[in-house]
Amino acid sequence: MSALPQTFIDWFNGQGWDIHPHQSDMFDRKDAAALVLIAPTGGGKTLAGFLPTLVELADGAHKGLHTIYVSPLKALAADIRRNLTRPVQEMDLPIRIEDRTGDTSYTQKRRQRVDPPHILLTTPESLSLLTSYEDAPRMFAGVSRIIVDEIHALSESKRGDQLMLAISRLQAMAPNLRRVGLSATVDDPDAIGRELAPSCTACDIIHADPGPAPNISMLVTDTPPPWAGGGAKYAIPAVLEQVKKHKTTLIFHNTRAQAEIFFHNLWLENTDDLPIGIHHGSLSRDQREAVETAMTQGALRAVVCTGSLDLGIDWGDVDLVIQVGAPKNVKRLVQRIGRANHRYNAPSKAMLVPANRFEVIECQAAIDAALAGDLDETRKNSGPRDVLCQHILIRACAGPFDENDLLAEIRSVGAYADLTRAEFDDCLDFVATGGYALRAYDKWQRLMRRPDGQWQLRDPRSAARIRMNIGTIQDTDTLKVRMRGAGKPLGEVEEGFASTLTAGDTFLIGGKIVRYQGIRDLVVEVTKSASQTPKVATFNGTKFATSTQLSDRILSMFAMGEWPDLPAHTADWLALQSEVSKLPERDRILVETFPHDSRHYTCVYGFAGRNAQQTLGLILSQRMEQAGLDPLGFVSTDYATLLWGLEPVTDPHALLRPDGLRDGLDEWLAGNMVMKRTFRTAANIAMLTERNSPGNRKSGKQVTFSSDILYDTLLRYDPDHLMMRITRVEAMQGLVDFSRIEDMLTRTGGAIDHVALDRLPPLAAPLLLEVGKIPVLGSGRDRLEAEKAAELMQKAGVKTQ
Amino acid sequence: MTTHIFTFCETELTALPSGGLWIAADQTLIVSDLHLCKSERFARKGRALLPPYETRDTLTRLDQDLTDLAPARVICLGDSFDDVEAIEHMGDAEKLWLARMQAGREWIWIAGNHDAGPVELGGEYVAETRVGNLTFRHIAEETTEAGEVSGHYHPKHAITGAPRPCFVYDDRRLIMPAYGTYTGGIPATKDPIRPLFDQRAFAVVTGRLCLAVPL
Repeated sequence: MSALPQTFIDWFNGQGWDIHPHQSDMFDRKDAAALVLIAPTGGGKTLAGFLPTLVELADGAHKGLHTIYVSPLKALAADIRRNLTRPVQEMDLPIRIEDRTGDTSYTQKRRQRVDPPHILLTTPESLSLLTSYEDAPRMFAGVSRIIVDEIHALSESKRGDQLMLAISRLQAMAPNLRRVGLSATVDDPDAIGRELAPSCTACDIIHADPGPAPNISMLVTDTPPPWAGGGAKYAIPAVLEQVKKHKTTLIFHNTRAQAEIFFHNLWLENTDDLPIGIHHGSLSRDQREAVETAMTQGALRAVVCTGSLDLGIDWGDVDLVIQVGAPKNVKRLVQRIGRANHRYNAPSKAMLVPANRFEVIECQAAIDAALAGDLDETRKNSGPRDVLCQHILIRACAGPFDENDLLAEIRSVGAYADLTRAEFDDCLDFVATGGYALRAYDKWQRLMRRPDGQWQLRDPRSAARIRMNIGTIQDTDTLKVRMRGAGKPLGEVEEGFASTLTAGDTFLIGGKIVRYQGIRDLVVEVTKSASQTPKVATFNGTKFATSTQLSDRILSMFAMGEWPDLPAHTADWLALQSEVSKLPERDRILVETFPHDSRHYTCVYGFAGRNAQQTLGLILSQRMEQAGLDPLGFVSTDYATLLWGLEPVTDPHALLRPDGLRDGLDEWLAGNMVMKRTFRTAANIAMLTERNSPGNRKSGKQVTFSSDILYDTLLRYDPDHLMMRITRVEAMQGLVDFSRIEDMLTRTGGAIDHVALDRLPPLAAPLLLEVGKIPVLGSGRDRLEAEKAAELMQKAGVKTQ
Repeated sequence: MTTHIFTFCETELTALPSGGLWIAADQTLIVSDLHLCKSERFARKGRALLPPYETRDTLTRLDQDLTDLAPARVICLGDSFDDVEAIEHMGDAEKLWLARMQAGREWIWIAGNHDAGPVELGGEYVAETRVGNLTFRHIAEETTEAGEVSGHYHPKHAITGAPRPCFVYDDRRLIMPAYGTYTGGIPATKDPIRPLFDQRAFAVVTGRLCLAVPL
């Protein structure tokens, strides 16, 4: 064991701190090739990660880059820079620390490549971009450590796969690179270790003391929550009471739109003028920074926020976390709770605010699970090939490469350890020639093989295009919003939303109601508005699915028959559901049919998990189409599938018969929106389509066309193309084996309870608000369009045949 | 598949689900903005390697319309090719296919902004042409006599669901949807399309059904 230098011991003593056991463990094992620390929020995780770096740099002997720190959030990089600068200055260490994210200025970025700091704080995308430059080997030659913060969050998505591929490149340029991962509490720490460590290398895992159990409760209000709805407006007086009682409160929401509405309503009732801010990813950088600064200075009593504050930015004195809306996922709840009392060894305090009555049940199930330490498992496709295609292009930007060297590097990444030669060749062929059955691009290959066998970009200018499109995050196109005449943008809205606005329409952004004036130079111009009833801006709403284990707890709760643990209003509501209809039971299928808003709805409760319910939705919509019921769409949750169409379902037994499930299903599935949406993402990541290209916004929209067209074309002429195979694999992740649906239908064998109602039943009401609706593109839509067209023509006074 | 028959400047026109326009009285088929060989141009310019099947797909649809209607005259309303160089790189099979479709009928290429140059393929190459009381050119002129038919803007319109390519017309002019497979579009209700039309204008949305709605 190497001892901590005296300077550091003195500094710790000067702070009145003891070194935590996990911090000294991390220091002792600093030479490990891969090391993961699992610690709760506030456990001094960052310092534990950086301590070896600071010690190794203390003598000033190291030249150039020593440690790269990667975090999923730009804001986190800036925050860590502030936190690290303090000990470095106080101990007078000769260490230069800089951050580099999408927000860093062009000159700063250029200088960093020529003269890198000792510690570089960055994001996965910026790191991939750095590896794509020809001078990357010079910049990274001396790198000794890479620290991946919040690795649990990254490992849930393709950003994690891309990061690990980038690290494999770093390792090739800096063979002695050591890898460190910092993670919140997860269900399977070994899985994180396998992702971080080079394949065939064991990963040490250090567990910090998890700290005392959190204090979680449901916020009980005088007014009961509504039957349906997501705004939680009813709870605002109670939330304001809690804000008054605490020093600083974080009020989390599941979506940006919900946060905006809640913030707006909160201010209408904030008669004491408590300083309350708003923070989410669609606000401008200036606005976010202003809130962050006010927060650090303790000037705010509360912040209404979204996932943008999920991760460990250290904001001092938060003593209460309020979660509005059911948390849908226990792990996320636990992480959010950890934001309160950001000090080790003090219990965190959290309150859940259900937005409607069904969420009361979900919230109760989540509280039980969080207290039992029952975390959801993360399931993910291993080694996604669209990310691999992008990685090959990034590698090509940095200069000529040997395919065997690259394959060896890729296989060193845990998720790609089992990649076959044929799978790799497929991706390389796609990147180089397009990989089409029709070999059309011999003359215009993207990559070409040189006489020495190495691969390089045919046209070196394409490197700029590739660099512009690095990343796996799928942003929908957004437009900046600006007050007319004022310089600074207020934030962003989705282009699709902007296109629905006409002059005079109002909407909410950054808690302000604004009036739409027009779009100029791709900026939405607005003016102040005194309207009280704004339209709602849509942001790319993340789909939150309840984890399967929560739905199991809910089914058990239903079976109890009486509910002393639930607030009286919710118990009454469940009683009402069992009176007018039924409560769903295990091993039976409940089908409710009812008219609502001039559509016929069918709700099928299978409690089979979202993937199975989604698959069921595809099967049932196909059968409805065949039966001439003109289905229009469906939406699935973990509990139920809700379908709607122009004709009522009268015989659910026939709809749910277990035989002939697969008849015509392949064709139906191929034409479905689920596939097209999946294809769009894969095509973007594999860079078949470009999100950004030089000047494409200026030249107007007619040059771009939807990826749906490419999907339809490939389906017709080249159905086995790599992109189609990737799409099928990825789409199937969101679905389940049809055999499981057959099993479910066979097992329940006719145990179907059909309840036909004349209005919306209590339990189905919240489903109407679910996001992630899948349109059914069939004869129902044609009929609807024809009827609408006739109606519009009649209104215009035109006779139609 | 249903068509939509409407009257424009005293001429009876049929909007086809494919995006083509049929003048029964003159046995004339008009198609606009085919953008043939777009994927080839993308690749040549160092952009993405798109599925190289759109020329085949566009020609298949055109061939189907020719089989169904047997027109005496075909007018391609400009931007038939994604650029002039693309014509050189067009495959022999596709050139032959085009020649076969041209056989036995009058074929007029109107110059577009993408393909402003003579076409080394059969047919006549002109800046604009007239049939009956209609004038055909690629880009709508700011002020025009009644009866102008043009393309260029790739108009789209949504009735209840997703936007689809559409015809737009008022008493004086008509703008056609893009026929080519790899073509996007701009909303007919927005700049620069909407200001070209009177207050009272109509869209005929194409697709499985051709449906007319007020714009």
